[in-house]
Amino acid sequence: MTKFIDLTLSGVSSGAIYAAVALALVLIWRATRIVNFAQGAMLMITTYIGSELITSTGSYVIGFLAALAGGLVLGAVVERALMRPVENKPELNAVIVTLGLYTFLVALAGIIWGDTPRPFPAAFSILGYDVGGTHVLFAPNDTFIVLVVVALAIGLGALFRFTDFGLRLRAAAFNSEVAELLGVRVGRMFTAGWGLAALTGAIAGVLVAPSVFLSPNSFDPILISGFVAAVLGGLDSPPGALVGAAVLGLVLSYVGGYEGTELVPMAALVVLVIVLLIRPTGLFPVSKGRRV
Amino acid sequence: MSSLAAVARPGGAVRGSTLVRSLGLVIGLAVVLVLVTDALGSYQQLQLAQGAYYFAALAGLTVLIGLSGKISLGHGAFMAVGAYTVMLLVGQGWALLPAVAAAAIVSAAIGIPVGIAASRLEGPYLAGATLAFAVGLPALADRFPSLLGGANGLTINPPAVPSFLGANVSLEQWQAWIGCAGALVALFGLYNLVHSGVGRSLRATRDDEIAAALCGLDVARQQTLAFVVSASCAGLAGGLYAAVLNLASPGAFPLTLSLSLLTGVVVGGLGSLAGAAWGAAILVLLPSWTNSLAHSLSLGTNAQGNLPFAIYGLVLIGLMLAWPSGIQGGLGALMRYMSNKRRRG
Repeated sequence: MTKFIDLTLSGVSSGAIYAAVALALVLIWRATRIVNFAQGAMLMITTYIGSELITSTGSYVIGFLAALAGGLVLGAVVERALMRPVENKPELNAVIVTLGLYTFLVALAGIIWGDTPRPFPAAFSILGYDVGGTHVLFAPNDTFIVLVVVALAIGLGALFRFTDFGLRLRAAAFNSEVAELLGVRVGRMFTAGWGLAALTGAIAGVLVAPSVFLSPNSFDPILISGFVAAVLGGLDSPPGALVGAAVLGLVLSYVGGYEGTELVPMAALVVLVIVLLIRPTGLFPVSKGRRV
Repeated sequence: MSSLAAVARPGGAVRGSTLVRSLGLVIGLAVVLVLVTDALGSYQQLQLAQGAYYFAALAGLTVLIGLSGKISLGHGAFMAVGAYTVMLLVGQGWALLPAVAAAAIVSAAIGIPVGIAASRLEGPYLAGATLAFAVGLPALADRFPSLLGGANGLTINPPAVPSFLGANVSLEQWQAWIGCAGALVALFGLYNLVHSGVGRSLRATRDDEIAAALCGLDVARQQTLAFVVSASCAGLAGGLYAAVLNLASPGAFPLTLSLSLLTGVVVGGLGSLAGAAWGAAILVLLPSWTNSLAHSLSLGTNAQGNLPFAIYGLVLIGLMLAWPSGIQGGLGALMRYMSNKRRRG
């Protein structure tokens, strides 16, 4: 029973990380219909920026904020410089550009910071809470992770739902031509969408870095899980991404704990295939008109 | 390769039945390749063998994506299936040729359920499912270490050069021939498929699923067929990989392999068999060039190891921005531009 509770709690914590990555992918998908394979590399770069600033200033908060700012700028620059030219081209071209960007950024990080993994400080203690004399697999830092991701989700939801800026973002994503006619600067909205997405990814990077260490390739598995979670939920739906990430986090934690970690990638595949065969556009599909 | 580009274009200068044309193409290429391998050094022969198995996988994938409109990020896993099949069968005492053929068949068989699932899925959902396939399947080797060798994988002895060829043919040359023979088999099969009624039905399904269904085509079955064919080609490629490199391990078939295959297909020119040849050349030659470039500059270890990948990424981005329709499409546009210019005088 303790094992079950332990695995559930660690599943919630890793699910929160997947949720942040999945949200980043969903934001970009909604804005520009591109699956951003460079997301893992972009959040790796921003986490390095955070790491550098934490080391030089000694303040976690400054490093955290610097990573977020770095994400915002990086996302906007990538959209404007690399993605804009391929947005109206065959959709696979954009995929190849993000793959090229992934390869480039990972190599760039290797050149600048080296390939040796380095530790990244956690905001709070990573020693599990003491319950009845035993440490459970859930630490104050995990509480921090879950709270930050919940706050992020609520913040993004409020931004999209209640602000004028959010309405323009949604309009540009929903129907860019009509939005353009109504005076929305669609191009700027796309740039803003990428910036927001990269900021969300940057949060995921800083949160997960203490447990995976920081190296150019250390975030690849998280990108894959985040992508699977986003697809599970339905790529068009931010709440779907959260549910998909929670489901995936729990299932992978149980499979890894009870059956062995080598089955975890296979379990992700099985969950995804079962869900997609029942619901081909994810758990929370955006209803489409019936095609005739 | 430019001769391949000229001949492989449908409705090109060579007339006659598809079967005759494809036979002529394959025999012509075989003669050229035999002559070429004689002139190459052993390292280049190995590169040619690599290019050959990449071509087999890319040609199948380009037919899938270009003709049926379905995408796959998981064809590296089918290569793993093919390679492990050859390893296991040769370990049982099979000869190489039937083992490689079996690799294509086993991959096709696994491609059937995956293809049925794929025919139900669209765009990014299919991308996600096949991506999970690429990550999940090779991990099985760790689950069954006694059969599949765990993380270390399996190895076989290099294929022996047949004695009738004498001492003139080196092992590398023989491996290059094996690879090229497999690639030509794939080319022959796919060329005939693309130019057959099946190919036309696939193109019709890709362009408008509903119109195709109204014409009586079974859309899901067409797409499943395309997936099985491409899986079989990837399995063949994996079998050739095993014949050339004599090993199969989970680390040899990472997700990046599947993503490289997609890259090769798009950068070469989607939907074109000649484009698959360009893609294979890029996948083999570009890393080798960037590596030697990085080694020729005297840099620190961090820069030396990573610079090739940085250049590789930049080249991919640059190619996609400059030539959105891939190398083959870009060359086609260039040729049309030149001939228009000539006509106007």
